[in-house]
Amino acid sequence: MAGKASRAAFGEALVELGARDERIVTVDADLSKSTMTAAFAKKYPERAFNVGIAESNMIGIGAGLALAGRIPFVCSFACFLVGRFETIRISVAYTNANVKLVGTHAGIAIGEDGYSQMGLEDVAMLRALPNVAILQPADELETKQAVAYAVEHDGPVYLRLTRQNLEPVCPLDYRFRFGRWLVLRPGHDVTVVASGGPVWNALQAAGELEAQGISAEVINAATVKPLDEELLLRSAGKTGRVVTVEDHSIAGGLGGGVAELLSEVLPTPVRRLGVTGFGESGDPHGLYAKHGLDPAGIARSVREVLGR
Amino acid sequence: MADARLATIARECRVQIIRMLTHAGSGHPGGSLSVIDVLVSLFFARLRHDPARPAWADRDRVVLSKGHGVPALYAVMAKARYFDEARLPSLRKLGSPLQGHPDRTALPGIEAATGSLGQGLSIAIGEALGLRLAGSSARVYCVVGDGESQEGQVWEAAMSAPKLGQPAHPLDNLCVIVDYNKIQLDDFVARVLDLEPLVEKWKAFGWAVVEIDGHDFDQIAKALDQAEAIRGRPTVVVAHTVKGKGVSFMENDPAWHGKAPKPAEAVQAIREILGVAPSAWDAHLAADAPTRALVAELVGLGG
Repeated sequence: MAGKASRAAFGEALVELGARDERIVTVDADLSKSTMTAAFAKKYPERAFNVGIAESNMIGIGAGLALAGRIPFVCSFACFLVGRFETIRISVAYTNANVKLVGTHAGIAIGEDGYSQMGLEDVAMLRALPNVAILQPADELETKQAVAYAVEHDGPVYLRLTRQNLEPVCPLDYRFRFGRWLVLRPGHDVTVVASGGPVWNALQAAGELEAQGISAEVINAATVKPLDEELLLRSAGKTGRVVTVEDHSIAGGLGGGVAELLSEVLPTPVRRLGVTGFGESGDPHGLYAKHGLDPAGIARSVREVLGR
Repeated sequence: MADARLATIARECRVQIIRMLTHAGSGHPGGSLSVIDVLVSLFFARLRHDPARPAWADRDRVVLSKGHGVPALYAVMAKARYFDEARLPSLRKLGSPLQGHPDRTALPGIEAATGSLGQGLSIAIGEALGLRLAGSSARVYCVVGDGESQEGQVWEAAMSAPKLGQPAHPLDNLCVIVDYNKIQLDDFVARVLDLEPLVEKWKAFGWAVVEIDGHDFDQIAKALDQAEAIRGRPTVVVAHTVKGKGVSFMENDPAWHGKAPKPAEAVQAIREILGVAPSAWDAHLAADAPTRALVAELVGLGG
């Protein structure tokens, strides 16, 4: 597969940004080769801290660095990072520390390592914290812009990144805007809101559906929190059917947020695609097919929602 | 001489702790009274700080990791004029910046949200590192509880502080003070999960360790002097304290970890803190108008 993993794009962006902004530091817990901060650490060793396999301490140190004026990127696998939810809740969120939390290896797409390494509930947990923004870019271009934005954002940010390579989905002239989604493909029969790794699959599904006479509007939700309410309501109002697509538990993630908003403001049938139950080891494509996150699975769900 | 000044301030702060908790009807007197002498020593004889500029970048920081002791912190902050002492009775009341546990966003001068135990030392380490990176000479003090030291994150942090920043930025700008009052919520620490040998634990993790009586202002001052003089590594001061110190019926009783005194109990507590014999109390009140007004205020709460 061509394309680049969003974790790799993140690592490259951080090295570039680090040259311009002395305040940027990294804090890792023995996974810098996997979170891709290793290049930053090599270039700016005095600004990179590896605290060993101790994620709670890593998060707290990040909070302290932020309180002393640094801009820390605190990085681990999504599950290990957000698994220390109580530390994020108090030391980062309630303290309102300007920490950039970076969770890589999001979702079942990590494949063979299995459930214990898969971030599947991280968005649900962090969505419950009032002041934590959640960004989930879908390709290399968007990731680099999202990282640059995170530096500018005043307050806690969670950046959710993939292990696997991502095909380009955003136009070359794309500009990331916080809280704003992008219609990647206009349509009128159904709204498909996708985020992160499976966005490309949603586009593929839309192509397949078009051949079957179904016009799907595909939206890339790069900001998972806050939702782009305006765009969502406009699209759902037009199509009357919504399908959400994410590599995350179907409980509490993007789909949960979309369903919450629509049920209160514009009751619309919603089908949430994502992971049900625990993840498991396997090849990523097989896992996506099993959970209906591959192009064929997304197209099948859309047809079901439309009753065709 | 410094001792007499600090002792006077600490006595006034103890009275305010009792006042606050009685108004609130809940809170943690035992651990507030055990840590107050350390906090008074920091705020009135140690910190480079400016209550008028709580966000001053080069201020010394105090992170109260044992956040339930925050009435003691509010008392010293009010005394240092971070805010008006008249606000102290709003502790734990709806809309008050004096939250039941520290809220950095609500009250300028609070360095971090704490109260979910075990988290403050990591934050203090991050601040110490950040200050070093910024070339600041400011120091960071972190007050950790003894029961709190059962939290794993405390030891993740303890393991990391002597190593992080080396060799260019050793964290000798960091000083931890353990408020070793020997009691936690359920029972005596030694009965719940003994910390001993505590000094040896910190030494083994690479810290300079000083052991003191945490109610002796001279010993506190000398320990903080030592901590400032030690180069190349952080210092921990293990301060032996008495839970509920200054109030006879609260001292060394786990029951007073987390309950507020009734007004009558509060009046007795204040009398003891001021060192007045029962037989001399009426005469004392007749001569001491502020205390007379305070007693009337608390008795007026009823119950």
